[in-house]
Amino acid sequence: MDVAKTVDAKGQKCPMPVLMTAKAAKELQPGQVMLIEATDGGARSDIPAWASQTGNELVESSQEGDVLRFYIRKK
Amino acid sequence: MSEDAQAKDPEMMTIIAFSGDLDKLWPTMILGSTAAANGMDVTIFYTFWGLFPLVKDEVRITGYDAMTKMLAMKNPPGFQKAKLSKMNMGGMGRWMMRKVAAKNNLMPPEELFEISQDLGVNMWPCLMTMELLGIKPEQMRPGLGEPAGAATALARMSKSQISLFI
Repeated sequence: MDVAKTVDAKGQKCPMPVLMTAKAAKELQPGQVMLIEATDGGARSDIPAWASQTGNELVESSQEGDVLRFYIRKK
Repeated sequence: MSEDAQAKDPEMMTIIAFSGDLDKLWPTMILGSTAAANGMDVTIFYTFWGLFPLVKDEVRITGYDAMTKMLAMKNPPGFQKAKLSKMNMGGMGRWMMRKVAAKNNLMPPEELFEISQDLGVNMWPCLMTMELLGIKPEQMRPGLGEPAGAATALARMSKSQISLFI
């Protein structure tokens, strides 16, 4: 998967991972994929909720240690 | 966002920010910024004690008679001076809460306010409260909407899917 942009929200608390994701999404072209990395437990549900609310596609999510990773394709 | 999503009107949220307490400002700013990030059209209407945080930190509201002078003295303006509603302990509680927040990377409300402005959240000061307290437009933070009244706020709330009173 080609990642056009990576959002490093590690260490950030709610609501920053979502705000950083929304900001990054504005800088993407439709169809491009961004990777969001977060350690805040709230991001586990907040990032998918943001994607569904804004109509962007959550392609894949995973966890490695404390780090949550989300791949989102801009609609 | 897709063209379909842009074509239809976005959902709306209106918050009536009635309290100037730090513990109320935090959820107001978190919900306001996040709703805007979710693509909603957000307005926050600042009224009564909620208006004090919008006044620039360096401004001293002087009031114009004994009562408003007392009110101004008890409510120093700006986000920085916002108190906790409980356990403020002469500013100790506020200091501790901000310290805990900073240690845990929780953004302070004044920074969330600025992010919210960047995300296009409408910040409406209550005109009646401004007049009541003798606050002039030039004493307030930049980038606010036109001072408005209760009917304007209600007209927006009636169209909003989410309306909150904090």
